Amino acid sequence: MDPTLIGQALLNGILFGGVYSLMAVGLSLIFGVMRVVNFAHGDMMVWGMYLALVLAERARLDPYLGFVLCAGLLFLLGAVVQRVLVDRVVDSAHEMQILLMLGVALVLENTALVIFGPDPQRVASPLTTATIWLGPLFVDVARLTTFVVAIALTIALYLFLARTRPGQMIRAAADNTYGALVVGVNVPRVYMVAFGIGAACVGAAGALVSAFLPFQPASGLSASVTSFNIVIIGGMGSLLGAFCGGLAVSIAESLGAVFLSPSLKELVSFSLLVLILLFRPAGLFGRRTP
Amino acid sequence: MRWAGLVLVALLLALPAILSSYAITIFIVIFFYAFLGQAWNIVGGYAGQLSIGHAAFVGVGAYTAAILARDTGLTPWVGMFVGGACAAALGTVIGYLGFRFGLRGFYFALLTVAFAEIARIVTANLEATGGALGLYITFTGDPRQFQFSSNLPHYYIALALMLVATGVAGGIERRRLGAYLAAIRDDEAASEALGVNSFRYKMIAIVISAFLTGMGGTFYAFYFLSLQPNTVFGVPFSVEIALRAIVGGSGTLLGPILGSFLLTPLAEFSRAYFATGGWTGVHLIAYGLLLIVVVLFLPQGVYPYLRRLVGEGQRS
Repeated sequence: MDPTLIGQALLNGILFGGVYSLMAVGLSLIFGVMRVVNFAHGDMMVWGMYLALVLAERARLDPYLGFVLCAGLLFLLGAVVQRVLVDRVVDSAHEMQILLMLGVALVLENTALVIFGPDPQRVASPLTTATIWLGPLFVDVARLTTFVVAIALTIALYLFLARTRPGQMIRAAADNTYGALVVGVNVPRVYMVAFGIGAACVGAAGALVSAFLPFQPASGLSASVTSFNIVIIGGMGSLLGAFCGGLAVSIAESLGAVFLSPSLKELVSFSLLVLILLFRPAGLFGRRTP
Repeated sequence: MRWAGLVLVALLLALPAILSSYAITIFIVIFFYAFLGQAWNIVGGYAGQLSIGHAAFVGVGAYTAAILARDTGLTPWVGMFVGGACAAALGTVIGYLGFRFGLRGFYFALLTVAFAEIARIVTANLEATGGALGLYITFTGDPRQFQFSSNLPHYYIALALMLVATGVAGGIERRRLGAYLAAIRDDEAASEALGVNSFRYKMIAIVISAFLTGMGGTFYAFYFLSLQPNTVFGVPFSVEIALRAIVGGSGTLLGPILGSFLLTPLAEFSRAYFATGGWTGVHLIAYGLLLIVVVLFLPQGVYPYLRRLVGEGQRS
């Protein structure tokens, strides 16, 4: 096999991995704080993409600037979904939470279908036409920008959680809800903010890929499933696991597309998932068995 | 209760005499989904292991029977059981992987989704299965090929499938297995402490459920006559199956049937109504809202709610 081809696949995998990491970090944050799995995660991502499209078409805002606004709007969506719906099932059985979020996913996906139609779309951005050559390898400037922004957002989220007072409250509520309540943390508000941040992460991820990844309302499901895979492979509730898992899955898929065939690349992440569930169900960075 | 059931069955047997051909097709779909919901109910309801991948069993059963009929001329009447066995084998693999570590809730649900997706991707990439374009069965109307010139036989077959699955679920409910499964569902650690081998009983539940669902695949293939990997293995189909049982009342014998009688006509009519107006997707929004409402206000499902209502009426 041509080493240039493998190098290129590796590079593409790393560049796309930033987005996977951002998606998975959002999911992992929500799960880590309130033990709820956001089955509408991918559909929230698709809404980030469509919002980027609307901003680009109506306000001529490039998605690489518009992502900030998309993240803000998705924060609101996430916060509302949490306050109105998720908050009522935080203490219910997993099954009920999953069904509720599936309901939200169905509503989000099909609302997009009714408004925007089923055809695949892409947001125009001048960055998509630019490339840089690194010796024999080429770097797509749009993908590079996406990678840099996604990694920057992930690091910013990490610093927010580690260094600031609200971040500390979120971690406290995640570690020990009762203890946090005792020391005066407003846990319901922390839940709402955490869900909002998780949705904002995936919304930003959606806007950031909207310029080079064609999307349609039905794309949400596979994005959700990919996020779940990454988070389980990395370890549920671990942000570091989600971050590394995102990069690992993206690289594996990219190499899989070269060695197997492009249509089989999804199989790679599922095979990784099955292997992880077989040998290390807590995930690469997880501390305990589920 | 038993008499009411017999009267109901007699009624359903006689019903086609007064139904239009279109109404019969609606009833066929109602029975078929009630059957799938009941099969799901064995592992998803009684054993409490939420599966969102039951479409994989339908798909494996459907493709097995269809390919056997096409390549070896094996009649689907036999292929049905081969398909069921293949689905049961897949169920064994999923169950072994999942239950060995006691994966619960989200983990198990995702494992089932993952296997359905693997099956979908593999099927869409194999030449023998017709690839992404799908597999089409030519209509012959030959009863040996599970095809009939009128839809009456399919009505009775679907009804029979529903009754068989309900009989199996009822049998489980009345026997020790049902009691073990209920104990595992309510508190797995406590039932283990009492000596219930939860791995073993959960395996039995998923294998029975997968076998029945796989048999349903033959009906799917030779009634609809077309198999597309994205539809037959898709997550939306899995959700539709689980939804019937959950809305009706999962873990109850009549729940999946009631759920199908409520949801299937709703789905069929709203699909026909909105799709003709160019509003594809609206019926799925309604579905999503319904799911949310059921979780928030009727978490046990409609059947237990009705029974409580009736119980209160009798007491007062």
